[in-house]
Order: sequence, then C-alpha cells, then structure tokens
Amino acid sequence: MTIKKIDLHAELIETGVEQVLIDLDKSLIGLEPVKTRIRETAALLLVEKAREKIGLAHETPTLHMSFSGNPGTGKTTVALRMAELLHRLGYVRKGHLVTVTRDDLVGQYIGHTAPKTKEVLKKAMGGVLFIDEAYYLYRPENERDYGQEAIEILLQVMENNRDDLVVILAGYKNRMNTFFESNPGFRSRIAHHIEFPDYSTPELLDIGSSMLDQLNYHFTKAAKNAFIEYINLRKEQPHFANARSIRNALDRVRLRQANRLFKENNGLVDAEKLSTLEEADIRESRVFSGGIDN
Amino acid sequence: MKLRQGTFSFLPDLTDSEIHTQVQYCIDNGWAVSVEYTDDPHPRNTYWEMWGHPMFDNPDAAAVVFEVNECRKQFGDSYIRVIAFDSSHGWESIKLSFIVNRPKDEPGFHVSREEVKGRSIRYSIKSYATDKPEGRRY
Repeated sequence: MTIKKIDLHAELIETGVEQVLIDLDKSLIGLEPVKTRIRETAALLLVEKAREKIGLAHETPTLHMSFSGNPGTGKTTVALRMAELLHRLGYVRKGHLVTVTRDDLVGQYIGHTAPKTKEVLKKAMGGVLFIDEAYYLYRPENERDYGQEAIEILLQVMENNRDDLVVILAGYKNRMNTFFESNPGFRSRIAHHIEFPDYSTPELLDIGSSMLDQLNYHFTKAAKNAFIEYINLRKEQPHFANARSIRNALDRVRLRQANRLFKENNGLVDAEKLSTLEEADIRESRVFSGGIDN
Repeated sequence: MKLRQGTFSFLPDLTDSEIHTQVQYCIDNGWAVSVEYTDDPHPRNTYWEMWGHPMFDNPDAAAVVFEVNECRKQFGDSYIRVIAFDSSHGWESIKLSFIVNRPKDEPGFHVSREEVKGRSIRYSIKSYATDKPEGRRY
C-alpha cells in the first residue's frame, strides 16, 4: 500500500521538531543565519522522510557539519540542540552528544591512536560526535604526529557508518578553512558549513540579562547603562569571547556585589538587596581603567 | 553439525539488524555487552577470548555490531558470541549470550565411551575440530 498525500505541517508537529525549533528561537539570542540554516536542514530532512513514505527515490542526506565562529558564539549549545533535532527527526537513534577534543582522539604512542579514536566513535554511535577545535587534529609541522591517523579513521567511519553517527567539527573560522584546505577529504564529506557570527552589543546585553534572570539577579537602570559601556569597551580588547566573556564578567560583578553587601549593610539584607546589581559593582571593573578582563 | 549454544541457537542465524535489536535490549537494561571468540566449541569451554573490552558506556548497539564485524574480519572462521553481563547486586553474572558467527564447516563431536568399574559406562565428547592445534582448527 502506498500513501498518496502527506501533511508536512502535521508531520512537523507530530515529530516534535516544531517544538525544538521554537525552543531554539526563544532560548538563543541572535544567530539568525544559524537558525535559518537549521530550519532549512530540518525542512530538508522532513521532505526526505515524506518522499520515503510516498515511495519516491530518496537518499539519506549527509548530515556531517562544520560550525565555524569565534569563541563563545554558541557552537556547543547549538550542537546539543542539533543532536536533539536529528533524534526527533529519526536520523540518529539516541540523540546524545559526545564532545571531544584532540586529546580524546589522538594517542601518545604508536598503536594507541586507532583504539582510542574507535572507542570515542563507538561511544558516539547513535548520536552526535562534536569535535571542538578540530584543526588541532592536523599538525603539518610534525610529520610523525598521530593526528593524521585519527583523521583517517574518522573519515572512514564518517563514510561507512553514515547511518550510525553524525560528526560536527567546530572551531575558529580561518583556522577551520586552513584545516579543510589541507584535508580535502573532510571538506567533501561535510555537507553543511555553518558560520556563527559575532554578537552585537544589544544581543550581548540580552544574553547577559537572560543569564541574570536565571540566577534571580537584576540590574538597576544605571547599572545597565554601565554594562553596555562595559561591553563596548571589552569588545575592543583582545581575547573577547562573546557570550563566555559576558558570563565571566557577570560572575565577577556578583563577586563585587557580595563584597559590597558585607561592607555597607552591617550584615542586614533582604531579597531585593541580594538580587540587585548596582552601577558601582560594574564600574569597579578593570576594563574601565584600561585593564583587561578575561 | 550446527553448534547449539546460548540463546537463539535453535533459530536461523541472526542478521546484523536482529543482532542490533537484541544488543539494544541488553544496553537498555544496563548490561555491559562484550564480544568474544573461540575455535574450541566444547560446551564446557566457558571462557572465550575477549575481543576488546566490554563496552560499558556505549548507549547505542551500533558500536557492538561494528565490533562484531571487525571481529568477523579477523576471525571469520571461528565462533563469535555476544554476551551481556548484569552487574546488579544479586545477579553479577551473564544474563544473555548468543552466537553471532560460526565457521563454515562444523564437523561436530565424537562421543567416546569408557567402560569403568562395575561395567558402567563413562561418556565424554570431543570436537573433531580440536584434533588440530589452536588457530588451525577450521
């Protein structure tokens, strides 16, 4: 028996993909190009499913991806969502995310790399393997480096066990490009190259506010303005890591607030005092006097 | 003579997708699955050679099927089985064990009878394959 008509929208809701996409929109600030790409991918996969049901020619699309962008732009977070999305769509069986770096794949002596890489790949089967800073795998300056061996095994499994796992490579943009140039095998096996843009100041402020919300803190009006100023100054400094820098900055602000509370109130505080971050807490930062925060 | 040991041994040989389903059942129950091989089919040969470590932390059965196929590549003419160990208190033993690969030609067993005291008979069995030394049996 063949089915003649399929309601794509019903399918979208039934699989729970719609819910994941809505969550993605709500919980991730900015990242418009990324969201668009994920929507497109989800649509493609749903259409493939529908084609399969109706009996048209279909082929499991290659789902390996590369995420490139500066630090703190949400690559890992999106990878987690991606795993869930692919699980809902039925393209991975379990939908877990295994995050690894070079250390987890490459061994220390001859014969150590292959079992190590295979162990990681086996763990990731049925889910998504996320290789952070993937370019460290390839070290052209040392021809005896075992990274090449790990790359070969990865490529082999990416090709032969396409139904079993999805590999996502992540890292800084220009270094990823060099990595792909020197490993053409990777480039051709990865269908989706997704770029993560840097956040704008309002987006960073939104991110900061939502982090504070989760922790039951809030800014005073003056503090908010000071924080915008802080973000603008901090962005110009080296080692700015987008959302991660914001989180670190907020951690330090909370530290200073705690310190202030001890000094000024003889130990008497209420809920309001405990959750308010004031301008002074932010202004104390080294960034305002030309120093560098992490 | 087809060797009948372990679960499912009176069924036709399991396909890879059937192995996958069975192994997934084991993993979902929290059992540690591992692959073993041997060329000595004697029923009292309990401890087979281990193919890699038991896979404690693989959430998906694809990894086990992958290892079974790797093992087949090297020991395609041996017996290969998948075992699932339940470590929960009170059990601490193998819950499920089934053969996933067997030699093309299984010669079967010889039954030897020895007459002992009081004309009673002592039986023992011995695989024809084990006449040859290890590694050259099939």
